[in-house]
Amino acid sequence: MKVNGVAHEGRCEPRKLLVDFIREDLGLTGTHVGCEHGICGACTIMFNGEAARSCIMLAVQADGAELATVEGLMKDGKLHPLQEMFREHHGLQCGFCTPGMLMTALDLLRTNPAPTDREIREGISAVLCRCTGYQGIVNAVRAAAPILASGR
Amino acid sequence: ERERALRPDRSLVAQASWIGKSVKRVEDGRLLTGRGTYIDDHPPVANACHAAIVRSPLPHAAIRGYDLRAALALDGVVGAITGEDVARYTKPFSVGVTAPIHYYCTATDRVRFVGEPVAVIVAKNRYVAEDAAELVQVDYEPLPVVLDPERALEPGAPVLHQAVGSNLAGNRRLVYGDPERAFQDADVVLTERFAFPKYGSTPIETYGVIARWDPLDGVCTVWSNFMGPFIMHPLTARVLGLAENKLRFIVPPDIGGSFGIKSSIYPYIALIALAAMRLNVPVKWIEDRREHLVASSSGTDRVAYREVAAKKDGTILGMRFKWLDNVGGYIRSPEPGCSFRPTGNFVGPYRFQNLEVDASVVMTNKSLTGPNRGYACGHLYFETEGMIDRLADRLGLDPIEVRRKNLIQPDQFPYRTPTGGLYDSGDYQAAFDKALEVAGYAELRREQAKARAAGRYVGIGLALAVDPSVSNMGYVATALDPQFRAKPEYLPKSGAVDAATIKIDPLGRVIAILGTTPQGQGHQTVVSQIVADELGLDPPEITVVDEMDTFTRVWSISSGTYSSRFGSVGTSAVALAARKLKAKLVDYAAHLMDLPAASLEFRDGAVRPRAGKGPSYSIKDLAGRAHWNTESLPEGMEPALQATAVFGFTVAKAVDAEDRVNSSNTYGFIAEVMAVEVDPETAAIKILKYVTVHDAGTIINPMIAEGQIYGGALHGLGGALYEELAYDEHGQFLTGSFMDYLVPTASEAPEIDIAHIVSPSPLTPLGSKGLGESSSMTVPAVIANAVSDALAPLGIKINELPMTPSKLWAAIDRACRSQEKRERRA
Repeated sequence: MKVNGVAHEGRCEPRKLLVDFIREDLGLTGTHVGCEHGICGACTIMFNGEAARSCIMLAVQADGAELATVEGLMKDGKLHPLQEMFREHHGLQCGFCTPGMLMTALDLLRTNPAPTDREIREGISAVLCRCTGYQGIVNAVRAAAPILASGR
Repeated sequence: ERERALRPDRSLVAQASWIGKSVKRVEDGRLLTGRGTYIDDHPPVANACHAAIVRSPLPHAAIRGYDLRAALALDGVVGAITGEDVARYTKPFSVGVTAPIHYYCTATDRVRFVGEPVAVIVAKNRYVAEDAAELVQVDYEPLPVVLDPERALEPGAPVLHQAVGSNLAGNRRLVYGDPERAFQDADVVLTERFAFPKYGSTPIETYGVIARWDPLDGVCTVWSNFMGPFIMHPLTARVLGLAENKLRFIVPPDIGGSFGIKSSIYPYIALIALAAMRLNVPVKWIEDRREHLVASSSGTDRVAYREVAAKKDGTILGMRFKWLDNVGGYIRSPEPGCSFRPTGNFVGPYRFQNLEVDASVVMTNKSLTGPNRGYACGHLYFETEGMIDRLADRLGLDPIEVRRKNLIQPDQFPYRTPTGGLYDSGDYQAAFDKALEVAGYAELRREQAKARAAGRYVGIGLALAVDPSVSNMGYVATALDPQFRAKPEYLPKSGAVDAATIKIDPLGRVIAILGTTPQGQGHQTVVSQIVADELGLDPPEITVVDEMDTFTRVWSISSGTYSSRFGSVGTSAVALAARKLKAKLVDYAAHLMDLPAASLEFRDGAVRPRAGKGPSYSIKDLAGRAHWNTESLPEGMEPALQATAVFGFTVAKAVDAEDRVNSSNTYGFIAEVMAVEVDPETAAIKILKYVTVHDAGTIINPMIAEGQIYGGALHGLGGALYEELAYDEHGQFLTGSFMDYLVPTASEAPEIDIAHIVSPSPLTPLGSKGLGESSSMTVPAVIANAVSDALAPLGIKINELPMTPSKLWAAIDRACRSQEKRERRA
């Protein structure tokens, strides 16, 4: 599989979860495990360009796939504009849901480059955050939308 | 002298460059890029084995035996421990009451709730450990079950702890003033029953523990996402039979949320440490979500009977509280804080002097409880603010007027409450007025009248609360009888302490070291702001290290990050450490300049003459000289430039013989207004407006402060509308996943209008108070009052949470039917 543009090869038991493979075998601990049943969204990654829950997929399902995780967002030592806006608008506190929240918001902005607040709230409702009351996240995604749309 | 040292340096706060600014967070860089170090990311030891915990499927049963043969035979299994080992090799935990309750880190003789640990399997990886855990056979003999705290106290109810003889873990009747007289003198007496649900704020990161045993040194090292209070460290050492200096607690820099819940991880620390010690391998355990929901921690479910005595004009003469707090199968410290944590602020923001509290702490076959954001205050204010609205209703008065009439006045601060609280500062009336103004209260009432005329159910709720921060460890003793506390062998308890160290390296760079355990509150950022202002630097110039380690940090039993304490006590320790260091720099510069120290001051990053021109010495200059040339130090000055300050509140005193205690140290204030509309067809509640005004004294970082308010409010909303750790009548647990336990998502989160007023605390060097629990304690009250107001035409009053659609719909349906019946009869 390719993760953040880098090819990886590994062997694992057929039952190993994709998130465990990413964290334990690839050492990419930015993707977090919050519920292991596909609700909280902390483990959300990009799977062949679409947001997916890595806690309810098996690693073997990702054979040959292209994945993106939070570690791949920063480019040339600079934060991705969405990451920058999360920092600017206090879109995180403990940071545990943040990787899944970032990947989910990216997926939202990919399919809807200029969402309304209602659409942002619906879009990110796929990820549970218990710290922020979501307002900072909504503000961050709203602010990031035009920056991403303009292709910066 | 000491009191003078503590007087807030208003000049500093007034001239601050960084305190009061929304400085962006230092923590965000690592957390946004996947480089945080949470417990599960943490490989402090090589070749850790992994634990899976075997848990009881039954709510109440005697354990007849364990069969581990199949589990131990599985390839990859290292070993197991059971309740037998726990009973043999550990002691029970100390509990906060005198009843003989033996609470161990697993069940030993019987299980008392679904999910209670009974054994631990250790294997080469978690997958194998879980396979093996399923093969463990435990022979149970089921016992009858009791879940309801009122039923649990009835004669004939199943008794959980034979040695106690009943399910009552403790009861205290506290009397302040003359409630008897107040109720005799009253024009009106109201009585109401309330029920508050069992919910937990479910941090997205679950519990995690890694334990390593060094048999030759006799040291057990435990990494965990424990948040304090560190009183649990000596308690755990005692359980494991280790000296305190042979048990090392380390907390990684990042914790994925806690909200009080992770204070209750300590029984698992003991359990995993025991597994490491018995099996002689490093052991790692990460709780899964089901385990978290079924058996981590929550607030209590409470049944409350409330009485208020008042004059016709709305003056409150007194109140009576009767509480039954359900702590589950055992009472786990710091319970019964569920009843006593708010002792000093039992009366809230009101002036009445007469109060009777009858608090019973009851054990049932539910999971265990402990601090959860707003610890006991959500319960308290839900009841009190509900009573105030009912009183206004009964007297035909405006709910604003009843509150105003009874509020503590600005000139009464510092205010000693009848229960022993010392409210340090405030202007409750101003905060309340501000909330009404921001909400456009009069306009809201006009809109409500229009909506009602159109047959819509729109309501407006109010809630006021005193927001206590920094628990005084002494409050827990309120649970004990005064006679018990009067015995000569009883040792009184009091205190609330935090420490900080600041050091300047040979090139003048500054490092601040804390022993707090932040869970997302941005301590590194806040500390960099304070130190920057104190030392005349910019925040990025200061490195803040915040990793708790009981072997290397300065700490005390009250250390930790809980009860909204960092903004008050932690920041005070930092400011005092910086001031100590500045004083040393001044003394050193005075020696170098051969001038009296009194003629110099530390200003803008350098020691300068107080008046006129003259040479100055920058931090960098002084640091270089002090480190490189100790001969240049004045006689008697300690070499190196560093200072550690331990800040402790002197107002934290032990509970007195009349059960009065200043249970917290600084007290903020919250005033809220909420407008809602209820759809009578679906019982859906729509929040139209929500305003919250806070007074937390000096605000160090408004962005972080508001973040706490947004988060706290949503926890309160979760408990009020969605979240309940539910059981069926047989004691089976019903909400073991996030499909069943409903956490609010972004779609349910309301927009919030936040405003502040600032009454600096006279007790902290910066004038700051805590704010972390914030609106978690007021939202249940304000939304219940708003919904009650909306449904007033139907005669519905909310006295039970959560207001789930099915419960609310049934109430509306009942009310409509009886109204129709009345109309038909008419």
